[in-house]
Amino acid sequence: MKPIGTIRELLEIAGETGEKCSSLFLAREAEATGATREEVREKMARTLQVMRQSVEKGLRPGTKSVSGLTGGDAWRVREAGRTGKLLMGGFMNTACARALAVAEQNAAMGRIVAAPTAGSCGILPGVLLTVGEAVGAGEKELVSALLTAAGFGRVIALNASISGAEAGCQAECGSAAAMAAAAAVELAGGTPEMSAEACALALKNFLGLVCDPVAGLVEVPCVKRNAFCAAAAIVAADMALAGVKSVIPPDEVISAMREIGLALPASLRETSEGGLAATPTGKKIAWELFGKE
Amino acid sequence: MNLFDVVGPIMIGPSSSHTAGAVQLGRISRALLGEPPVFAVVRFYGSFARTGKGHGTDKAFVGGLLGMGMDDERLRNSLILAREAGLEVTFDPDREERPNRHPNSVTAVLTGASGRKVTVSGASIGGGSVIISRVDEYDVSFTGEYCVFIVLHRDTPGMVSRVTGELAKSGVNIAQMKVYRSDRGGHAIMLIETDQPVDPETARSVAGLHDVFGTMSADRV
Repeated sequence: MKPIGTIRELLEIAGETGEKCSSLFLAREAEATGATREEVREKMARTLQVMRQSVEKGLRPGTKSVSGLTGGDAWRVREAGRTGKLLMGGFMNTACARALAVAEQNAAMGRIVAAPTAGSCGILPGVLLTVGEAVGAGEKELVSALLTAAGFGRVIALNASISGAEAGCQAECGSAAAMAAAAAVELAGGTPEMSAEACALALKNFLGLVCDPVAGLVEVPCVKRNAFCAAAAIVAADMALAGVKSVIPPDEVISAMREIGLALPASLRETSEGGLAATPTGKKIAWELFGKE
Repeated sequence: MNLFDVVGPIMIGPSSSHTAGAVQLGRISRALLGEPPVFAVVRFYGSFARTGKGHGTDKAFVGGLLGMGMDDERLRNSLILAREAGLEVTFDPDREERPNRHPNSVTAVLTGASGRKVTVSGASIGGGSVIISRVDEYDVSFTGEYCVFIVLHRDTPGMVSRVTGELAKSGVNIAQMKVYRSDRGGHAIMLIETDQPVDPETARSVAGLHDVFGTMSADRV
């Protein structure tokens, strides 16, 4: 089959064949790796299973990271959501609590799926499991959604980056939100064009986001950011499903992300020398944990 | 790049570079020793040394030394499990800035119950991928993406054909290989990356060849 190196190429093939993004990404993966489509789907089903387990474990009370900086907030948000005191409705509350849950599991040395990275691992499970429930999706549809998410992420990785050290948090959490948005659209019955618009809309929202983790740990601000990105991915998916389009085409948004990443100073690309890591409190935490600023 | 490079790997958090990569480095080091280690002196450099504790880099590397994979939930308890398994680990971190060293790197000296020793240096280069840069006194370069077979030998004519002949006999396909030597006619090392693991019998045949001092191998991680 033709290569899928850009969103434009994806939409061209989808236009010719009438297939969903997930089917096209699945076909490409099978062709490129020599695995059968069933094998690829089985491997992705295992991935989905790990995501579910990480959500379930992360929502239990008492989670604490190795450093002690994070943990317990997923449970807090979920419990407060049940009382009806929060502003978000149950759907958004669940998506955000799940995203937090997985990110907290990651910080606590739990088992997670890097999606695309460990620091952004809560966004896809938070969004896709919750959207999946809302639209009555089964296992098969969720596996397809993960294929779509991974396919969009691959295009972003090929043309920009999914590494915070290379391009800041926009490349990690921003990419995860874009991937989740595109996949959520497919779960909700949207077209490939709508998935592409959702990807662009979500990614645009996170352009310029820096990677400045306190004490060099994947915790502050990473864990809570997973919840924000999950919410934004759902907003982007909803806009795209409503017919909203990104004025800047998806491939150009991805290129802009790369340009912005290249322009970011090293201090804001996972070195913990700037931003939140360089605040008085950030430095104090680093000193207390490691005896070095 | 494939889909599971983007959604994946399945791993124990919190960091693909500081946790998953450290597991891989430990696994390869154990494999190169060729037996379970009973002593390990582990020197972390750069960011591994400075932020490794909060990332569980120490637990991850020791988990790898115990043969655990990057998705093994026992990793967080690996320091206790190591003691139970009779592995004594000493950490000797180097927190200084070393411009010629990769920021996420480690050198480990491992000793097995038989008395065999190996020194392995490597770096975690992101996403759980690693590079081994030094084995004993030899500078090397391999990733663990393939099976690795290392032959220590004297630099004499015909060595490559004799070694690769043994591999061919056992049906092992060579993906890539490189030969390094200290000086002409001196000690040399053959680094062979293969699609299939080299079975113990073939490894013994190679070790028995004239002018071969020893072999090491590691399956893909």
